[in-house]
Amino acid sequence: MKKISRRTLITTGISAAAGVAGLAAADRLAARYGLIAPDSGGCYGPGEALTYAMQRLLTRHSMAREFSRSMISKPFPNEIDPLNDGFKRQQADGFKDWRLTIDGLVERPTAFSISDLKSLPIKSQITEVACEEGWSYIAEWIGTPLDGMLREVGLKPQARYLVYISYQPDWWESIDMADALHPQTFLTMGMNDGDLPVEFGGPLRMRVPRQLGYKSIKFLTHITATDDIKKFGKGLGSAEPEAGYAWYAGI
Amino acid sequence: MSIDTDVAAAPRHTALVRVTHWLTVIAFLALLVSGVEILISHPRFYWGETGNSGTTPLFTLHIPSSRDTVPSGYNYVLPDQNGWSRYLHFEAAWLAVLTGLVYFIYGVFSGHFFKNLFPPRGERSSRACWAVIAKYLHRSPPTDARSYNILQRIAYLGVIFVLFPLIIWTGLALSPAFDSAFPLAVDLLGGRQSARTLHFFMSGFLVVFLVVHVTMVSIGGFWSRMRAMTTGRMPGAGE
Repeated sequence: MKKISRRTLITTGISAAAGVAGLAAADRLAARYGLIAPDSGGCYGPGEALTYAMQRLLTRHSMAREFSRSMISKPFPNEIDPLNDGFKRQQADGFKDWRLTIDGLVERPTAFSISDLKSLPIKSQITEVACEEGWSYIAEWIGTPLDGMLREVGLKPQARYLVYISYQPDWWESIDMADALHPQTFLTMGMNDGDLPVEFGGPLRMRVPRQLGYKSIKFLTHITATDDIKKFGKGLGSAEPEAGYAWYAGI
Repeated sequence: MSIDTDVAAAPRHTALVRVTHWLTVIAFLALLVSGVEILISHPRFYWGETGNSGTTPLFTLHIPSSRDTVPSGYNYVLPDQNGWSRYLHFEAAWLAVLTGLVYFIYGVFSGHFFKNLFPPRGERSSRACWAVIAKYLHRSPPTDARSYNILQRIAYLGVIFVLFPLIIWTGLALSPAFDSAFPLAVDLLGGRQSARTLHFFMSGFLVVFLVVHVTMVSIGGFWSRMRAMTTGRMPGAGE
């Protein structure tokens, strides 16, 4: 057996202490800059925390790739869960009664109709939707940037997350402010020069192009601005982690 | 102290090589299992930027899928395992990358790459390679378990400096957020679906390496080599 030399002992001790101190400092910094994902607990927590913190540092001002019109994908059947009669009635009515309610940490809680949203500045982007399963498509997405709408309702500075809810039951998501205020995050009402088809989330879909498709939830009805994500559902940030999927879907 | 005991006392592999080797094994197996689980949710591969159930695939793996939206040809759907598979895949990827980083820095500064892996001057020829191949074909017993021959060195260098960097690159290119910060990472590969297809091929090459590696270790003496990579000692050194 080799005897452990004093030098080895000292070096190991110093490295271990430095490691622990470094991790503690990193943890404090990460918490201070909002770099801890709501689902960063459990055995997959360290990987999740590292990915989210690292990507937030790298992507502070980055823009999702945009493509030329010629790269827009050919139509394909986009499968959605069956929709109930209430939805079908609204659809038959041209979604006249569809409302997007925004409340929580905002100065002026508001209910927007689709035509209200269409009266806000309209922009378009040609970006790719990547599904976690592996497939992807490019489309032109037409809508109003979310940050403009948030200015409209007076988002309060203490808001840290937006929780957003689909018409489909138990389907809700949340994003941090980096994504909520990102210029490519749209409330989407149109696709490829037409209205947004129901199979792709019409009449209203959240579009978060720097994350996988499941963050861009369909049939958007409700947005709540909050400073405490733990208050929602099981406190993991969205319905996806409750079903075993990561909250942060930038990877 | 005689030279013999000196050689016997020196570990076959340094502690850092041993620890990083086994951490890489753990990470690689976790990546492989979770990677296969992720793959079966869409066992079709494309070339270019986009690909979906309405696109002609480059090739299809004729296996059942965990999603009913994929035309797999099977009339049943496997259970969806993508949730934990994706969590595990990225956590294991961090382990592999951080371990690889430590190993790389060590390999450069300790002279490990230069001493143990870069082919020595006399062996940088195709003749030296053929000599080793001929030895393998004649099934000559392994002569020197304390050093690597030219083919082993090429295989290890290929894994460390070609396959590992490429599989990390092609994997990162599948991250929409990473691509927003580094669009060239995916554009240079020919698009998102090309990156996914290349990621699949890289993992295939690594599995081929794993199979050959374990086979050769078994032929050379499985337990003695396991011991050399775990405790660092060669049993019966000096025989």
